[in-house]
Amino acid sequence: MIEVKGLTKSFGDNVVLKGISETIEKGEKVVIVGPSGSGKSTFLRCLNLMEMPSGGEIWFEGQLLTEKKHEVDRLRQKMGMVFQHFNLFPHLTVLKNITLAPVKLKLQTKEQAKENAMRLLERIGLADKADTYPNMLSGGQKQRIAIVRALAMNPDVMLFDEPTSALDPEMVGEVLELMKELAQEGMTMVVVTHEMGFAREVATRVMFMDDGNIVEQAPPQEFFSNPQNQRLKDFLSKVL
Amino acid sequence: MEAFFQNIGQWFVDVGTSIGDSFYRNLIREDRWLELLKGLGVTLEIALFALIIGTVIGVILALMRTSQSRLLQGIAGFYVTVVRGIPLVTQLLIIYFIVFAKISIDGVWVAIIAFGINSGGYMCEILRSGIQAVDRGQLEAGRSLGLNYWQSMFSIVLPQAVKNVLPAYTNEFVVLIKETAIVGYIAVEDLTKVADIIRSRTFDAFFPLFTAAAIYLVVTLFFAKMFRLLERRLARSDRG
Repeated sequence: MIEVKGLTKSFGDNVVLKGISETIEKGEKVVIVGPSGSGKSTFLRCLNLMEMPSGGEIWFEGQLLTEKKHEVDRLRQKMGMVFQHFNLFPHLTVLKNITLAPVKLKLQTKEQAKENAMRLLERIGLADKADTYPNMLSGGQKQRIAIVRALAMNPDVMLFDEPTSALDPEMVGEVLELMKELAQEGMTMVVVTHEMGFAREVATRVMFMDDGNIVEQAPPQEFFSNPQNQRLKDFLSKVL
Repeated sequence: MEAFFQNIGQWFVDVGTSIGDSFYRNLIREDRWLELLKGLGVTLEIALFALIIGTVIGVILALMRTSQSRLLQGIAGFYVTVVRGIPLVTQLLIIYFIVFAKISIDGVWVAIIAFGINSGGYMCEILRSGIQAVDRGQLEAGRSLGLNYWQSMFSIVLPQAVKNVLPAYTNEFVVLIKETAIVGYIAVEDLTKVADIIRSRTFDAFFPLFTAAAIYLVVTLFFAKMFRLLERRLARSDRG
């Protein structure tokens, strides 16, 4: 579904990604972990060209994203993204946050979009918040709505960029719970996170990134119980 | 003693008569107060239409300045530099005597165009600061949903930017009202010009000029107050 070939990314003289090649299949739940500054967020953000790669190729559903720049907007409709800081639109109600893109892009009529949004809000138990503004919500509610906003586009893959890092501890659970549900429904997911419990429980594959490379990857069982690389061992001994 | 009081009394009568006389000559005779009101009408007409033109130009320039195109940035930057670097009177004269030299057009419209062009440069800078104050994540969230750059700017970034800069924007209108006082240079009869014409007819500066000054003060205070109420209402909708 997503194929990355020789991906490099530099910010000025700072080389953040040093030639990553990787394939993510439909239905996989890939969790990316690693120390800060290892390039894991940059890698994720390159997948939907939120960051423009300095070199290499990104293929999505058989299309070469890095070549077809004018097709990027259309392809992004199929790649939902969830941000660390939620990035809900503060000037729009919760409902409008969700319906904005599908209506603007003429994928759904206003009525369809609203119906769809209400169904999604009901699912996460926030239907009563439809007409409120984001600043009235808790962090956990905001992030769940941000997830639902991405889902309203019926994406084929969901990219999560440290979705729980900006949350108060007591709100982390509700967001992870929703992500687990998505995983169980078969959504293809790529998740950058520090939640090792989530990786262990939900991931089909865990990747360890360090210094701009994917250093090691394995199914969670093996990844956590039998790490090979010394840097991964050090990392796990600090975070577990 | 009696003569002394009589003199004082006479002095007051004299002063009273001369003030009353002056008032009559400068404001009542030949319906001069009506001329002043007409002048105010011209002042407001120029300010209002210039505001509209300035807003349109300002929005376009601000979008150019914050765009990713070096060329658009450069054009907008050049415009702003030129408009802000030349005295307004000089710009007005250039537009009247050179640009519209061969075209028969009402001086009021020349003034509207000149002030609109000038105001557009300032509006651009006001709006640019507002756009840059909107968190970058807002644009990213829009793009991640598949909206293109301009769709994201218009439906997500710009509405928030406008709210940020509303106080500065409304202040620009008040500034415009006062700045139009120079249109007498191109023989447009605004409030100041009318007051000056009266002065030259009656050889009495006091009443015409102070009346004009008082009218400016009342009008600018009125608009400042109105805009503050408007801002408070918008802030209320912000809280849901």
